[in-house]
Amino acid sequence: MALPPYASPLERVWFWVFRTFCGLVLLFLITPVLVIIPLSFSSGSFLTYPLPGFSLRWYQEIFSAGPWLDSLKNSLIVAPLATLLAMAFGTLAAVGLNRAEFPGKGLILALLISPMVVPLVIVAVGMYFFFAEVGLLNSYTGLVLAHTVLGVPFVVITVNATLQGFDFNQMRAGASLGANPTRVFFDIVLPQILPGVVSGGLFAFATSFDEVVVALFIASPTERTLPIQMFSGIRENISPAIAAMATVLILLSTLLLVTMELLRRRGERLKGSVE
Amino acid sequence: MASTLDPGAPAAQGNLKARLRRAERLRKLKAVGLVAPLALFLVIVFVLPIGSMLLNSVDNGSLRQVMPATAASLQEWDGEGLPEAATFAAFAEELRDSRRGGGLGSVGRRLNYEDSGFRGLLMRTLMGLPRESDDWRATLIDIDPAWGEGVTWRRIQAAAPPRTDRYLLASVDLERGADGEIQRVDADSRLYQAVFQRTLVIAGGVTLICLALGFPLAYLLATLPARTSNLLMILVLLPFWTSLLVRTAAWIILLQSNGLANQSLMALGLVESPLQLVFNRIGVFFAMVHILLPFMVLPLYSVMKGISPSYQRAAVSLGAHPFAAFWQVYVPQTVSGVAAGTILVFIMALGYYITPALVGGPADQMVSYYVAYYTNTTNNWGMAAALGSILLAVTLLLYLVYHRLVNRKQMIGS
Repeated sequence: MALPPYASPLERVWFWVFRTFCGLVLLFLITPVLVIIPLSFSSGSFLTYPLPGFSLRWYQEIFSAGPWLDSLKNSLIVAPLATLLAMAFGTLAAVGLNRAEFPGKGLILALLISPMVVPLVIVAVGMYFFFAEVGLLNSYTGLVLAHTVLGVPFVVITVNATLQGFDFNQMRAGASLGANPTRVFFDIVLPQILPGVVSGGLFAFATSFDEVVVALFIASPTERTLPIQMFSGIRENISPAIAAMATVLILLSTLLLVTMELLRRRGERLKGSVE
Repeated sequence: MASTLDPGAPAAQGNLKARLRRAERLRKLKAVGLVAPLALFLVIVFVLPIGSMLLNSVDNGSLRQVMPATAASLQEWDGEGLPEAATFAAFAEELRDSRRGGGLGSVGRRLNYEDSGFRGLLMRTLMGLPRESDDWRATLIDIDPAWGEGVTWRRIQAAAPPRTDRYLLASVDLERGADGEIQRVDADSRLYQAVFQRTLVIAGGVTLICLALGFPLAYLLATLPARTSNLLMILVLLPFWTSLLVRTAAWIILLQSNGLANQSLMALGLVESPLQLVFNRIGVFFAMVHILLPFMVLPLYSVMKGISPSYQRAAVSLGAHPFAAFWQVYVPQTVSGVAAGTILVFIMALGYYITPALVGGPADQMVSYYVAYYTNTTNNWGMAAALGSILLAVTLLLYLVYHRLVNRKQMIGS
């Protein structure tokens, strides 16, 4: 959208006002993410500029034995398990939804996506009572199940989208050549829908790794996840340790972003080669 | 399935149709079988827990379990004068028993919602309760004259039926008066109207600001050459993927009284002393707009990406002013994106809890906060469920609208 040479002065002014405005919005979006990084290298204990000096003490704090490392470990236990469960459940369901027409399909899809829509506090309170009744309150199992519920819609949506272009006759071809359904799934279907499965899984992982409301309700201090630790850190005493952990998380989100972008490009290339 | 596809199989003409039907049915069953595990899992761990939690909003509490005879005889009472002597006797008996079973606490809590002095009255009565009595009515009135007043018994009567609408009414600042008519509560105890209003104002305001910031940005990204726009898209996607808590912490750091925002304002000479920018409504708006803006930009972008620039050029070549061409030709084509983005952001904003709790003040807490508060702090589950039901109903209704407006493909495309 370059400015044409015949643009009137008013259009020129408008063009630059518009670009400046957009630049400011982008600045607004990225500043908070960038501002927190240098603070993590502060040698002082306050989160203000200018920095008194450079130090890695806050990284030492979050990576040496203590609440930060414990909570990171907990999140690294819960998030991958919840992601795997969500990927397994979600992929099967998405394949089933696309395999045949059956009554109530729209309603079932709505059910599968609903955890994404219902306000988190309601999910949290509901699960709090339910897990208390069945003895899963304050347990890793409860936390994993809860995060599976929250992650599953992403997998269903992304796999569903990938399956839109999938030719199910390939499954018939596989079967007619003598492969059993399991082999058909792993050798024919899965390789083609893998980008959708993985990007859904990444969404599910990011959700679990950042989920604080439900975890606050159903986890005891033993299963304290990283987001809970961040939450109470921000609430009680906001120190550069939070900035250090934030920097680690920003690094992680950059990694997620790059992976998603690569998956998207691969998906587009595949689509392009078919057409 | 393999057999129906086997061309070598001898297919008798008559039953080919039946076999095809059967194969089709089998395929359907297999499809349902693939969806079933997840559907069942969600029903057990998600739908039923939330459903049964929301039923708390019409549950009248434990009086029926702890004092069944009292509840039953009070339900037959017409409310005139005092209940029969048998009611007094049943109550005295069950009050004494309630101490052992641990039911006294929950009955006291429930009756306190009717009148805040009730727990004390029960305790006092229990202290003075004799082992035996020939006339429980006289004995109880002797212990506390409140038992001689009809209103005391009418309050217990209100807690007797299994279901109640008091919590749902209370959540919209209504109550039942002495005669059972629905009326508004006293002006100074109208709490929830303000909470809902505040929730709508914050969610609506955040949505409008997101639209105002997101529309131009999405337009720019959709019209720039792919190389530049992909690069700028990173500035939208990186915050999108960054932890909500990280971004909330960053806003506290930026907006605090000696933070970068105030430092810059003072360096520019715009203000003399630091402004209070966080732990109030301003902080809530900054953080929430920042977190939700990508959810506005992405659907807008995907719709705008599909709009051909030729229409606008055609309008200009036909003599329209460029602004008119933009407003009358381009903008109407973006309506589905605008609708998707606004409803999505509004739905998400309605349920916000963590961000206002961290960057807002006491006067900036939204409905979710009160649901959590009543569950954790006061154990008033009826009130938590009633507020939660309203929040959920509004959210699901809006989601239905969203679903109607956006076809599934666009939602996935974003």
